[in-house]
Amino acid sequence: MGARLPAAAGIDLQDVQKIYDGVKALDIALLRVEPRSTLALIGPSGCGKSTLLRLVVGLLTPERGSIRIAGTPMRPETRLELQRRMGYVIQEGGLFPHLTAAENVALVARDLGWPDARIGARIQELLELTQIPRELLDRFPAQISGGQRQRVALMRALMLDPEVLLLDEPLSSLDPMIRSDLQRDLKQVFGRLRKTVLFVTHDMAEAAFISGEIAIMNRGTILQRGSFQELVRNPATPFVTEFIRAQRLLDAPNLTPT
Amino acid sequence: MTLTPRRHLTVACILTAFCLGSTPAPALARTGVVVGSKAFPESWVLAEALARVLRSEGVPRVEHRNNLGGTEIVYQALRAGDVDAYPEYTGTIAQVILHRSVSTSLSGMRRVLSREGIGVSDPLGFNDSYALAVTKNVRERYRLESISDLARHPELKLGLTHEFLGRPDGWPGLVRHYGLSMPHVLGIQHELAYTALERGRIDVTDIYTTDAEIERLRLHVLRDDRGFFPRYDAVWLYRLDLGRREPRAVRAMHRLTGRIDEAAMIRANARVVLGHRSYGEAADSLLAETLPSGQERTPAATNTLWGGILRNTGRHLSLVLISLLLAVLAGIPLGVLAARSPWLGSAILSVTGLLQTIPSLALLAALIPLFGIGAVPALIALFLYSLLPIVRNTYVGLTTLPGPLAEAADAIGLSPRAQLLRVRLPMASPAIMAGIKTSAVINVGTATLAALIGAGGLGEPILSGIQLRQGSLILQGAVPAALLALLVQRAFDLVDRVAIPRGLRLPPSPR
Repeated sequence: MGARLPAAAGIDLQDVQKIYDGVKALDIALLRVEPRSTLALIGPSGCGKSTLLRLVVGLLTPERGSIRIAGTPMRPETRLELQRRMGYVIQEGGLFPHLTAAENVALVARDLGWPDARIGARIQELLELTQIPRELLDRFPAQISGGQRQRVALMRALMLDPEVLLLDEPLSSLDPMIRSDLQRDLKQVFGRLRKTVLFVTHDMAEAAFISGEIAIMNRGTILQRGSFQELVRNPATPFVTEFIRAQRLLDAPNLTPT
Repeated sequence: MTLTPRRHLTVACILTAFCLGSTPAPALARTGVVVGSKAFPESWVLAEALARVLRSEGVPRVEHRNNLGGTEIVYQALRAGDVDAYPEYTGTIAQVILHRSVSTSLSGMRRVLSREGIGVSDPLGFNDSYALAVTKNVRERYRLESISDLARHPELKLGLTHEFLGRPDGWPGLVRHYGLSMPHVLGIQHELAYTALERGRIDVTDIYTTDAEIERLRLHVLRDDRGFFPRYDAVWLYRLDLGRREPRAVRAMHRLTGRIDEAAMIRANARVVLGHRSYGEAADSLLAETLPSGQERTPAATNTLWGGILRNTGRHLSLVLISLLLAVLAGIPLGVLAARSPWLGSAILSVTGLLQTIPSLALLAALIPLFGIGAVPALIALFLYSLLPIVRNTYVGLTTLPGPLAEAADAIGLSPRAQLLRVRLPMASPAIMAGIKTSAVINVGTATLAALIGAGGLGEPILSGIQLRQGSLILQGAVPAALLALLVQRAFDLVDRVAIPRGLRLPPSPR
């Protein structure tokens, strides 16, 4: 895979506001995710991190501001094309229960009219990358475990070899053992593929493990952006300190991620 | 997204047009003569008698379509050209058809109806008027002789037919004319009223003066002492163009006028209702009494019991399945359309809901001027009644997709068309199939009404059985209909296995 890197795309948000019932759910003056970099978005429930991801993938439309992927503004007429250049994974995977794992993975490719051979070859590549046993492909989502469902969801997100990966708490509903396996494997996949990744989580240890760069959010805005060490040593606001303390990471320096 | 539902709608329209076109449409360029009758034995016997006279005179392709509902339905069929002649009563012509005072003269009726292309024959000879009747017991207990006597007993329970309750020459007029005030009045079907009267559930009912039951139940007919009820002289109503197309038919009608008196008619009615003879036999006897030549006897078409049940069931099933197929072809696209925008959704769901509230007889009566009688209007009515469950379940199935799945479908780069065809519709398939099953089972029941407009089916023995108060005849329709409903349900359970993706029929996921 490393031999042919796909085109790289950055993500840019400028002056973006999303308002729900008269309340600003999101207010981002400027956010840039460089091509091939990974950014973890973290914050308490309702801080706007999932809203930000939904805006980027075109599920929501901002009241003002612009969102660009690879320089192309997200608009109704560009939305479908941009969505096909991004992979999207949500908490419960969002696998369609009426389709087998393989049919879920190949869904968009079939819609685009890929020939069977091309679909088969791509699935073979992805099986190795995501470490899914082949026999699992013919099962329905209801017949496989939660961790395997998330691997299949990742496979589906990667099918079209997108430039951008968007993951909205992909591991939050898994139990701790499976979760730590998947964290390791995800990090490895991101490292191999070198895609632009936006990773939403509420778990600081996960954010720090997966991503070199973390943006901490509260009440719709980004409070601080930097490495885990920078956030710990140089908190921009008392909230940053509080948030990290609440996750009990300060007292356990041995856990300090790489 | 825009292409698919429209294409399906187009297909539905073409299919509908095809079905309409291929079903024999009687109104256009029809030869032969169709005699109609309403849904009661006297009407059958008279119409059958006319049909037999026509056949014996060599008129080709004579058909008797019986059980054509009430006045509205058979008159609309006459105007539309699906029926050429049927027996009617002068009081009914004045009140129900012309909305005039009942004192309108025969020549007055002829003048008005000729503008519609309808002719009125001379009276057949008997007066089949409305009257009120009580049992011997009730008569003695309350000392009832005439209608005026009712005023003294407001506690009496009256079971009156719906038509009588609605007609100005019926209950409303009678109450005014006699200054009655009776608090206990129920609407009831005519034949069931006799059973209710016999069992003492009601005390008074409206009857026709030629009903066979008057004698059998030894009813006392209350004297119309203040002269309210008008005359209901039986006449033929016929299309004036019949005189040009088949002059023999008009001559035959005239041969039957002035010859049938009340006693003859009561005897004929009694043969059918009490003697359990076919109306064909009763018509033969009536003709033998009234037309002395006796040449009119033609062998009645006989039907074996099982052959009849099989034919009616087959007819019933085809009515149900064709209308259901049309409803599926139109209902799913309509449901898809409804799920696309809130105002379109509420518009479509209100209209299909409204259709459901139209009483079936009213809907059938409204369809006759447009589509005549027979299978076509029956299919259209069944189609309209089948729409709601299918449209609503499609709409609900599409709009209640679980949030994360709806988001995933919209975010992973699927075209709107693929979202609909590969995700939303398959996911909604259990709800859609449930709607189709509901429609199918309801349809099996509703299709019994098709017999009212000459479309046949299991409603035919049920309707006749009610008229003749023959339980066995009712069962010949009701039992196959119930079995059919079960069968249709089972059949669609099998269809589920094809129509609902296997992934949606699995037990819940392991955690």
